[in-house]
Amino acid sequence: MTRKVISLAEIRDGSLRNVSLEAIAAAKTIAQGGEVVAVLVGESVQSHANELIAHGADRVVVVEHAQLKAYTPDGYGQALMAVVEAEKPEGIVFGHTALGKDLSPKLATKLNAGLVSDVVAIEEKDGELLFTRPIYSGKAFEKKVVNDGLIFITVRPNNIPALSRDDARTGEVTTLSVDIKDLRTIVKEIVRKTAEGVDLSEAKVIVAGGRGVKSEDGFKPLQELADVLGGAVGASRGACDAGYCDYSLQIGQTGKVVTPDLYIACGISGAIQHLAGMSNSKVIVAINKDPEANIFKVADYGIVGDLFEVVPLLTEEFKKLKVHS
Amino acid sequence: MNIFVLMKRTFDTEEKIVINNGKVNEEGAEFIINPYDEYAIEEAIQVRDKVGGEVTVVTVGNEDAEKELRTALAMGCDKAVLINLEDDVEESDQFTTAKVLAEYLKDKEPHLILAGNVAIDGGSGQVGPRVAELLGIPYVTTITKLDINGDKATVVRDVEGDEEVIEASLPLLVTAQQGLNEPRYPSLPGIMKAKKKPLDEVELDDLDLDEDDVVAKTKTVEIFLPPKKEAGKILQGELTDQVKELVTLLRTEAKVI
Repeated sequence: MTRKVISLAEIRDGSLRNVSLEAIAAAKTIAQGGEVVAVLVGESVQSHANELIAHGADRVVVVEHAQLKAYTPDGYGQALMAVVEAEKPEGIVFGHTALGKDLSPKLATKLNAGLVSDVVAIEEKDGELLFTRPIYSGKAFEKKVVNDGLIFITVRPNNIPALSRDDARTGEVTTLSVDIKDLRTIVKEIVRKTAEGVDLSEAKVIVAGGRGVKSEDGFKPLQELADVLGGAVGASRGACDAGYCDYSLQIGQTGKVVTPDLYIACGISGAIQHLAGMSNSKVIVAINKDPEANIFKVADYGIVGDLFEVVPLLTEEFKKLKVHS
Repeated sequence: MNIFVLMKRTFDTEEKIVINNGKVNEEGAEFIINPYDEYAIEEAIQVRDKVGGEVTVVTVGNEDAEKELRTALAMGCDKAVLINLEDDVEESDQFTTAKVLAEYLKDKEPHLILAGNVAIDGGSGQVGPRVAELLGIPYVTTITKLDINGDKATVVRDVEGDEEVIEASLPLLVTAQQGLNEPRYPSLPGIMKAKKKPLDEVELDDLDLDEDDVVAKTKTVEIFLPPKKEAGKILQGELTDQVKELVTLLRTEAKVI
């Protein structure tokens, strides 16, 4: 059965988010040969349309409005409802991002639909689509089906691979004019606290620190290593509770759940609640003074040693590698 | 002010997950108030203490959740409501839960509804925004600060580590993010008082809902554990050599660099 599926594209720091390209790939799987329509919403976003087509979208619908510059559930809700009414999709895919998590339940409720959030894999079995998603923050997984009607999912970053870019692909780009009004929540100010570029949930490499980091300053060598690898810095609850870093960096069952290609755990003992947030990373490196630390049980590679000796050495090694390549 | 908190009973974060006959084994497991809901409860109590009013904590579940409701009362909530679906609903999802909660809340004239931004078991984060949408009120998710001034609220929202300062009018639903506050422990006098506070039980019939109105839109067909990881390789030798070996392994064996 072919389906028409729309996927929402998100822009961060002037670029399309990688998860938006992954959402197109997920939409293609759900569409089963049907049309995939990417949706761009914002104040001035049309320039990104061709990249969406190059990554697999058959068509792009652009909704631009001054009131859509900052995300609000009401503004984006009105924009998406207009797109749904115009396109009448049988499937919808969002990224499981701050925006996707905030907006998808509202839209699903408006459409009287179910919603499978945080999907990490999609498979077809006997003509039915099964959606795999983590439960208990990754301590277990469930496979879900949509009973009937609209298939609406959000996809977790870094799990469903995007289709490779093909600039020869062509597709129609249309604009949809929408009246955005009566916003009940107003964004007064956006305070940038994270570093430009790499977001923890989408980072391919994460260097995380635990109690062993010992202070706020102790995160500096970790940041340097992350910078060399183009990655982001994360933390365990222990490090956050001790006040070494902001709670927004926390990885674990309370905190973020991440699945990077490479996770480097520095001075993290490996409490169950932390492991839940990172143990599905592709490759895990543990650096810890205590050879009995739990973290070594989930690590692919371990170094028993002081992180303040090991991390700078690693940074140097990776720097050398960069110079040579 | 009429304040409601949406609470869920969840597995303790330190619990291991065991699967028996395709279901997560709950026998002998420790249960807690979902940690994000604890922030919501704490914030609700603080708002009430500042502006006056009443805090009602509501959960959808079965009788087992009475323990967690009593804990919320011991923290300082005024009333508790258990919406017990055990006899009426076999399979539920976030659509079901939100529908039931909204139906309960719709004639209660809530000014402020608080919930955790996500439950650490199901992890969908859907119920809060769904309830707001069904009630026709605005919402702000993952908040780290809440100031109420008359019928206006100024909220700080965590957006993947960045902050948005948002203004909204009441009635409003907010979902709590870590960092919003430090949830208190129930005090001994609090625990004694909680025993006498009202804990009402409500069933589907009491809400003018039929089973058909709340039929789940999605269904879980399989639950499984992630593949067990083989113990990894602990490197040996001089530290500088270990680091060199690690970089080589990451390039050639793991191929992630």
